[in-house]
Amino acid sequence: MLIFEHARPGRRNYSQAPKASASFDDIPDHLLRKKQPLLPEVSEMDTVRHYTRLSQKNFSIDTEFYPLGSCTMKYNPRACNALAMLPQYLSRHPLAPEDTGQGFLACMYELQEILKDVTGMAGITLAPMAGAQGELAGVMMIRAYHEAHGDFERTEIIVPDAAHGTNPATAVMCGFKVVEIPTDKEGNVDLNALKAAVGPKTAGLMLTNPSTLGVFEENIAEMSRVVHEAGGLLYYDGANLNAVLGKVKPGDMGFDVIHINLHKTFSTPHGGGGPGSAPIGVAKRLLPYMPVPFVTLEDGKYRWVTEQERPQSIGHLSAHMGNAGVLLRAYIYVRLLGREGMNRIAEFATLNANYLMAELRKIGFEIAYPTRRASHEFIVTMKDIKDETGVTAMNLAKRLLDKGYHAPTTYFPILVPECLLIEPAETESKQTLDAFVTAMKEILDEIEQQPDMVKNAPHNMPLRKLDDVKAARELDLCWKPGA
Amino acid sequence: MPFIPHTEEDIAEMLASIGADSIEALFDEIPADLKGGTLKEVPPGLSEMEITRLMMERASQDGFYQNFIGAGAYEHHIPAAVWQITTRGEFYSSYTPYQAEASQGTLQLLYEYQTMMASLTGMDVSNASMYDGATALAEAALMAVRSHKSSRRILIPETVHPVYRKVARAIVSNQKIEIVEVPFDQASGQVRLESLDAFATDDIAALVIPQPNFFGVLEQVDALTDWAHSKNALAIGVVNPTALALLKPPGEWGETGADIAVGEGQPLGIPLSSGGPYFGFMACKNSLIRQIPGRIIGRTNDLDGKPGFVLTLQAREQHIRRSKATSNICTNQGLMVTAATIYMSLLGPDGLRRVAAHSHANTSRLIKKLTAIPGVEQVFSSPFFHEAAIKLPSSAASALAKLKQNGILGGFDLQAHYPELENTLLVCATETKTEADIDNYVSQFRQALS
Repeated sequence: MLIFEHARPGRRNYSQAPKASASFDDIPDHLLRKKQPLLPEVSEMDTVRHYTRLSQKNFSIDTEFYPLGSCTMKYNPRACNALAMLPQYLSRHPLAPEDTGQGFLACMYELQEILKDVTGMAGITLAPMAGAQGELAGVMMIRAYHEAHGDFERTEIIVPDAAHGTNPATAVMCGFKVVEIPTDKEGNVDLNALKAAVGPKTAGLMLTNPSTLGVFEENIAEMSRVVHEAGGLLYYDGANLNAVLGKVKPGDMGFDVIHINLHKTFSTPHGGGGPGSAPIGVAKRLLPYMPVPFVTLEDGKYRWVTEQERPQSIGHLSAHMGNAGVLLRAYIYVRLLGREGMNRIAEFATLNANYLMAELRKIGFEIAYPTRRASHEFIVTMKDIKDETGVTAMNLAKRLLDKGYHAPTTYFPILVPECLLIEPAETESKQTLDAFVTAMKEILDEIEQQPDMVKNAPHNMPLRKLDDVKAARELDLCWKPGA
Repeated sequence: MPFIPHTEEDIAEMLASIGADSIEALFDEIPADLKGGTLKEVPPGLSEMEITRLMMERASQDGFYQNFIGAGAYEHHIPAAVWQITTRGEFYSSYTPYQAEASQGTLQLLYEYQTMMASLTGMDVSNASMYDGATALAEAALMAVRSHKSSRRILIPETVHPVYRKVARAIVSNQKIEIVEVPFDQASGQVRLESLDAFATDDIAALVIPQPNFFGVLEQVDALTDWAHSKNALAIGVVNPTALALLKPPGEWGETGADIAVGEGQPLGIPLSSGGPYFGFMACKNSLIRQIPGRIIGRTNDLDGKPGFVLTLQAREQHIRRSKATSNICTNQGLMVTAATIYMSLLGPDGLRRVAAHSHANTSRLIKKLTAIPGVEQVFSSPFFHEAAIKLPSSAASALAKLKQNGILGGFDLQAHYPELENTLLVCATETKTEADIDNYVSQFRQALS
């Protein structure tokens, strides 16, 4: 039932809105609204019940194991939320003077310094509001750098075929042509293809390392040399930073600009699809182009750096300074972990992934890159299972839901057929992983004994498989009264 | 170890299963010369008690102020239920609803949100949200150019939020799209049709129309929309969602209505929080649905014919279309939209209208009392919604500094973005201000000027 179907005309909440009505006689009639908007007329209790019930129809980290590859679904500590929601932080207006926000700005400044250290970059700005916007900022800076050097011929961005879809989409948004390069048999970027692709048109290479195939690019130093010698810059997609945090710094790998998904590595909530936050780090030569604002410390006072001081900045990416509340949560998280906690993230994320990979292999799943170490994630391919039984990766994913596990990422990266990208994250215990392996074994047995049952999963969820084709053909995007 | 549950015994068993001697051995594919690098700037870890103390100390250092600043972010009462429900773990810690059967809560909520926003803006459809109001405007400009075919020129009046204009320029200029700013009328504070005459012979993809505009002033939206359409350009409304409870929605502007409506969703239950996270909303006519960026939820059936919800029209999006997507956007502001949907349900049409009317009445009262002070004048003659510009007889910066000493954030100094508007403050009193608050402001203001 929709919230609108709980509504009755004239029902309202008396405590939440101003008591009396107020006059607006001075607004000309032709500018006024005549027909009341379709907002539900429901009681507070209706609302609380309705949305509490809806919440119960979600899987979440707080309720289920969520081994979603490339998404780093780790536990979101409660303290991060509680402390970021102290009333002074919530009530602070973004345009309030800096001297009324020294406590908040201190957190932002320290977060910048911490991120600078863990990434090995020369500067950090916290402005971008999501990974894709971090990418946009990074590629805009690459463009600004080349143009500032009078180099207008660099029209191409190189992207490996295993990359997230946001990489090519971002390059196009920045006005570049995308050159895709293949992956070799071992899961590394094909170095010869890279060498053939670079040239005077190369603006840069966008790379995720460890890659979305769950392996570390062993030739990263050579790749960095090849791109730089061609005059291009190196962009690091930090989607998988969790796997190497405290072990390797992207700056040491030769990257010129990186983004960090705080909603992955730094445990800010995914919130059902946002808000994210993606600070970017830059090497020294890109410092002048960083988006504004960011925080600086001068004579013991924190203040914003503005575009007046940074004439070469690519400018503003949001109305204020990004997702401040998300940044506060990330700050609290890094302070809880501390220096010694950073290494441990990568260590235990990697231990969990390699353990789960070993256990799944033992029960008969095929690993896509069996000779490689897993980073914090790895790929299972169901190609042979599908050829033999007709059961697909998506079928298995849906059957996992029945067993109380969120599905791994399916059909990404697209170059591995029938793939499941599995990332357990460091916050899961061995016992949870073992129970997951048991569930996967049960499904293997079910595939053998009753494949049709698996193909029609899920069976135990509030709804069975949903009709995507109907959704796209007979678009129903808004409820209409009487419909 | 914070947030890591492994015991020594677990670790030993896991390494044995893998066949590795140590955890460090699992990193043996990383070239040795890249490894290492000590962390100097990261302080040692704190306990929850210690970080609580630190964050509370810093919060007290920032304190509380009586806030009369608007300028794109507005203080409204947020009912207690909004964030109590929003921060339930099932909303807070869930992922993007790609697995529809395990995400019906989020998906249904987003469908309800789309319904509310489409109705509030008077448009046919809404997406599931964008990052914020500024980026929603940039995306609307890109959308207009995609659908227009011949023109890559967007007209944006100077009465649109100055930073929105900067964000739009930063984002769209990469694609050789031209942003042309239209001057405003110094007397009315509006963009006038006469100012658009200069563009009479140009090919234009869209005209952006703010309502209310950055000065709080109400624009002649019907005439502006019709002008855009007479030029075969799209009309993009940039609107305040609270105001929409009171004002004519973009879908009804002019003869045929605006084509795209965008804006900042923050007033709908999102705390000011130093500027984010907020959310941008975007709604459009049916004819533009395949050009809209971002997530969209549709209603469909399951195998048994039971109604349910899925992400739909995904062929527009980056994870399917890659370099040919409508935008690189991947997320929406899911949690913020959760709060906004609950906020709109709690207030309902009547409650939201009361919030709008009270905010308008409070600002009107404040402006009336301030302009009764000798030398203080209202800058623009046109009607306003819930903020307005006043000109001071002396330095606005010094008045603001004095007000701040008395616990009041007195407004936004317009000269920062409009050099011609000297000693001019943009002030806003929403429904959160009592008569006593307003009188206190006026009396402190009087003293600050003397």
